[in-house]
Amino acid sequence: MKIIVAIKQVPDRDSPVHIDAAGKWIEESDLQYAMNESDAHALEEALQLRDQHGGEAIVVSAGPERVGTTIREALAKGADRAIHIVCDDLGARDALGVARLLAAAAKQENPDLILTGLQSEDLGLGQTGVIVAELLGLPHATLILHVEKTGTGIEAKRELEEGWFQNIELPTPAVLTIQSGGNKLRYATLMGIKRAKTKEVRQVAAAELGADSVPVAVLDEIALPKRQKSTQMLTGTAKEAAAALVEKLKFEVRVL
Amino acid sequence: MSGVLVVMEQRAGRLARINWEALAAAHRLGAPAAVTAAIPGAQTEAPAAEIAAKGPGKVLRVEHPLLASYTADGFSIALEQAIRAEQPEYVVFPHTYQVRDYAAALAARFGQVLIGDVVGIGDGPVFTRQLMQGRLNGNYRHSGSGPCFVSVQAGAFPAELSSSGPAEVATFTPALDAAQIRTRPGEPFRATAQAIDLGSAQMIVGVGRGIKDQANIALVEELAAALGAELAASRPICDAGWLPMERQVGSSGQTVAPKLYLAAGISGAIQHLVGMKGSQCIVAINKDPDAPIFEVADYGIVGDLMQVVPALTEAVKAAKQ
Repeated sequence: MKIIVAIKQVPDRDSPVHIDAAGKWIEESDLQYAMNESDAHALEEALQLRDQHGGEAIVVSAGPERVGTTIREALAKGADRAIHIVCDDLGARDALGVARLLAAAAKQENPDLILTGLQSEDLGLGQTGVIVAELLGLPHATLILHVEKTGTGIEAKRELEEGWFQNIELPTPAVLTIQSGGNKLRYATLMGIKRAKTKEVRQVAAAELGADSVPVAVLDEIALPKRQKSTQMLTGTAKEAAAALVEKLKFEVRVL
Repeated sequence: MSGVLVVMEQRAGRLARINWEALAAAHRLGAPAAVTAAIPGAQTEAPAAEIAAKGPGKVLRVEHPLLASYTADGFSIALEQAIRAEQPEYVVFPHTYQVRDYAAALAARFGQVLIGDVVGIGDGPVFTRQLMQGRLNGNYRHSGSGPCFVSVQAGAFPAELSSSGPAEVATFTPALDAAQIRTRPGEPFRATAQAIDLGSAQMIVGVGRGIKDQANIALVEELAAALGAELAASRPICDAGWLPMERQVGSSGQTVAPKLYLAAGISGAIQHLVGMKGSQCIVAINKDPDAPIFEVADYGIVGDLMQVVPALTEAVKAAKQ
């Protein structure tokens, strides 16, 4: 099985969020970066399928030079090789613009399966995998927790709302977007980290993939959300705050 | 190109509240007479009649036997044809798991993207959606020449229902062939019998990623025991196996509305908030003063869980004596 895994480097969850001077994005100089969580689960699913059935797991990621660290992390965990779509204006592209880049890179590889996370932790558009499928004319399924190879294609366990699931059969090649938590992420071993240094990372300029970047949906400005309720903040030491809260629970909320 | 097409979603003939919220959002984008509500399916007569009484200008039954169960292929092909026939300026969806599965593919067929999970529509129109797991809002503008595809978040728009006379109902029969549907969906199932019904709990202590270590779960267990509350968790805690899936609150778990929901170390990503924001009183304890959980909290404590939770357990015990 030849599997492409599309991963995104996103600001680390614990990074501080400061709006930049133009009000269009956050201060990037403050940020630490990490692999998007559901993409990490997509990578894990790809590695398990590769380990079980043989073949190749190829990582594709679009972004500036810094994305290289996340690509190395994927290689250290066991991906066979990588394609880095070098692109300094990723944030200016909409989901269709990003999907065009990934689809063009994936097409050259002629994979059996394309996996990606179901949505990114920064923009949360949740569309990239679905659009890649549409652009390549492939069947797709989203919110997948587990993938099994069958005689004619694959069977995938799909999450529905409120604790329901369903199994869905797809012919290959196909595109799946992976939900977090369906598999247990492996750690990179020391040997893996060492080997990653010798694995192939092919850099392709976004312009070479022939995908235009004029967005249909434009992010005009960002802002801190307004509070929906007026929150009473209880301050002081842990003990003082706890005592103040118990007073509220007893006399105002009346649950004690 | 004019008017608004809102795509409704039925499950076994039932229309969830989020459909009426999507209809309300559609009314912000066009006059009531210009709003058409499409209902795809194999048997849409009854839901179409229900929708017709809720104030759209027109109801369109997009009906075909192959739409009996949802497939991304079937729905994309059928709705593409309906949209080309209707030529709306806006296409509005409820942001459900089903819509997340196909709406972006449908939009791509028109060279468009979905402006998804919208929480507000301002003049322009400007569409507000959440970024960075709810830590920021982003304002989006549509600049393409085709129809503008939008999906709305559950609970973001009041489901205002008009009581005007029933709207006209028309039927659209898409050209659809079984060979065009490439996936085979199985029957929905539940993994485990849900032994824990969080929905009926009066008090819930919810625990999130901020607890850091499985060993620290005991701290919140003690607090829950002192309060007489049920213990619940956000998704990452259940994914890690620290608490069973049956205790998960949020879009993929249970929806709760207790008298008291105490969120310990939960940042407040929308997937969790939709499951608990209807609680009567919300208390949030978090080390990050900017965590989105504080936006919905009645009382907040900014601090270290390892300090605050044990102090609270002691204070609750003392108060109950």
